[in-house]
Amino acid sequence: MSRPGSSPTRTLSEADSKALLARFGVPLPEERVVGDADAAVEAAAAIGPPVVVKLCGDAIAHKTERGLVRLGLSDPEAIRAAGEELLAAATPDDGEVALLVAPMLRGTRELIAGLSHDPQFGMTVVLGVGGVLAEAVADVAVRLVPISRTDAEEMLDQLATQALLGPFRGEPAVDRAAVVDVLVGLSEAAQATPQLVSADLNPLIVVDGRPVAADALVEVSA
Amino acid sequence: MTPSAEHFRALFDPRGVVVAGASTHPGKFGFVALHNILANGYGGAVHATNREGVEVLGVQTVPSLDDVPAGVADLVFVCTPAATNPDLLRSAAERGIRAAFIASAGYGEAGEEGRRAQEELVALADELDLLVVGPNGQGVVSTPSSLCAQIVAPYPPAGRIGIASQSGNFVSSFMNLASASGVGVSRAVSAGNAAQVGVADLLRFYAQDPETDVALAYVEGVQDGRAFYDALCEVTAQIPVVLVKGGATAGGRRAAASHTGSLASDDRTFDGMCRQAGAVRAATIEEAFEAAASFATQPLPPGPRVAVMTTAGGWGVVTADAVTRSALTLAPLPDDLRDALDDELPPRWSRNNPIDLAGGETKDTIPTVLGHIARHPDIDAVVLLGMGIQDNQGRMERDGPFYPEWGLERIAAFHERQDRRYVTAAADISAEVGKPVLVATELAVADPDNAAVAGVRASGRYCYPSADRAITALDHLWRYAGWRERRR
Repeated sequence: MSRPGSSPTRTLSEADSKALLARFGVPLPEERVVGDADAAVEAAAAIGPPVVVKLCGDAIAHKTERGLVRLGLSDPEAIRAAGEELLAAATPDDGEVALLVAPMLRGTRELIAGLSHDPQFGMTVVLGVGGVLAEAVADVAVRLVPISRTDAEEMLDQLATQALLGPFRGEPAVDRAAVVDVLVGLSEAAQATPQLVSADLNPLIVVDGRPVAADALVEVSA
Repeated sequence: MTPSAEHFRALFDPRGVVVAGASTHPGKFGFVALHNILANGYGGAVHATNREGVEVLGVQTVPSLDDVPAGVADLVFVCTPAATNPDLLRSAAERGIRAAFIASAGYGEAGEEGRRAQEELVALADELDLLVVGPNGQGVVSTPSSLCAQIVAPYPPAGRIGIASQSGNFVSSFMNLASASGVGVSRAVSAGNAAQVGVADLLRFYAQDPETDVALAYVEGVQDGRAFYDALCEVTAQIPVVLVKGGATAGGRRAAASHTGSLASDDRTFDGMCRQAGAVRAATIEEAFEAAASFATQPLPPGPRVAVMTTAGGWGVVTADAVTRSALTLAPLPDDLRDALDDELPPRWSRNNPIDLAGGETKDTIPTVLGHIARHPDIDAVVLLGMGIQDNQGRMERDGPFYPEWGLERIAAFHERQDRRYVTAAADISAEVGKPVLVATELAVADPDNAAVAGVRASGRYCYPSADRAITALDHLWRYAGWRERRR
């Protein structure tokens, strides 16, 4: 499992990233990729508002920083306007782009899960407490690929913020087995995909106790 | 080269040893190494080389390793300059020597030229099928052979802990702690630059070594992370491994880069790797030694439920806090155990866990109560507090102006006897029920001659300097036991 850290890599679009990881059981919201703002309105109606509209493309890795994510849209006009603005915000560097329309996931708790390449230990699976304070909190568990279910359960046990995993603000306890599924799925994705360099499920929103990947970014060797 | 059992036998249990580069100057490594081998009871043949062929410490040296007969030694301890060592290794191999410990400096730690010399040394050793430990290491200790082949003190008591370290001084630290506590060492190696044989190879040997029950290692960085992980997994399936990692913080990593040239991973990755492999990671040297000493002398707890037994209240309360902060649990006191203790104790005892005897003990109370607790199926481990108080008073009486009048001789002797009896019972009951019983008292540090402390030492166990440290050690035992249990 040697992936030289210095070799060139490229990112997959959010839709392609999710498609790759979905094959390994990563739970995703029901979402659609469309070409224009009118289609985004139709997709939103089919999914059921409120929705999230994002600009999606292979080279777009930092959507939030670039303002390419519009949250909580219900009004068709607002959805159309968001779609048009996002498409207009695309730069030539972004290559081929599309709109991704997804349901607005409701959950107060966010986790982060992913794969990361360590120069000494190779591919690792990472689980952390997510949200806006994630970096400051730095409550993270790491294991080497491949992991067993037992390893994944111990990753959950290792998180310091255990109170967050129990029943919380009227939401049920986090379905630990479902989180274990995600972690084991990520490990299997790394094993089955030699060109995979990193993967980020950020955030992994806990919806009614079950984790759902609201965003995904996969990096592969170029 | 993958070292074989035969190579390690040559390193740890050699028929004879040659000190290459023995010196008449008592400040030189070549003198100290020979001194330490001769001074600690090594039973095999001891030879030495010295350019002038003079006598050193009663050993008639020869000018060259070529002058040492073939077949008399399995280990050469090398204190000669780096430039002369390739010829030395060839000569060693010709004499049937299978292992070389290289204390000489001037290798990987000494710039580009040194690195090249080190690579050539390893290539040559591989070609000669010679195990090479070091270079730039402090030495090797092996108590089953009474071997102290190192350029520093101490020589530890014999025991079941196998030490491997990327830093020689921590080998000394661990062995000093072994000497102080009486919980001894089987083998100890300072890997120096770890040119051919690294900590992982040594751990693999310890896993197979009938003399070793637990491995204790200090590492700053690993060359090949995956290989290290694989080695750890193999070893932890056999014996517990306690690790201290230098360079766990950004500041420490910079220091490690200049010390052993290690490029450390993100500490969270290293930490996760240890957890996954079932290696016990300790934050400090003393925590690591205490964990290893506990693995070496206590049974593994069958579960996390701890009973705290104390002769006085405050200790129990603080210990309950420590248990609660760990992966262990404070066992709810079972009803039938409460009933059994009611029969042994006056009504003022705590009737809860911590089990506070509240000074209600008579002559046989402590062993009897401890037996009831430790034998109960809902208790997995016991921490015993308040031992040594009686003899501490006895000591004051013995040292005071009234001794031996006023019945002091008799009562002081009684106190001493009782404390020794209690801790002896603790070890006996622990062995009988196969559960840990840890005795903790600051007298371990304050008065190592106290009857309780000396008694724990005589029982072969470790006397913990505080209940918190006992709980930290027990927590490590339980985490390892739990790790194994979940992977059955």
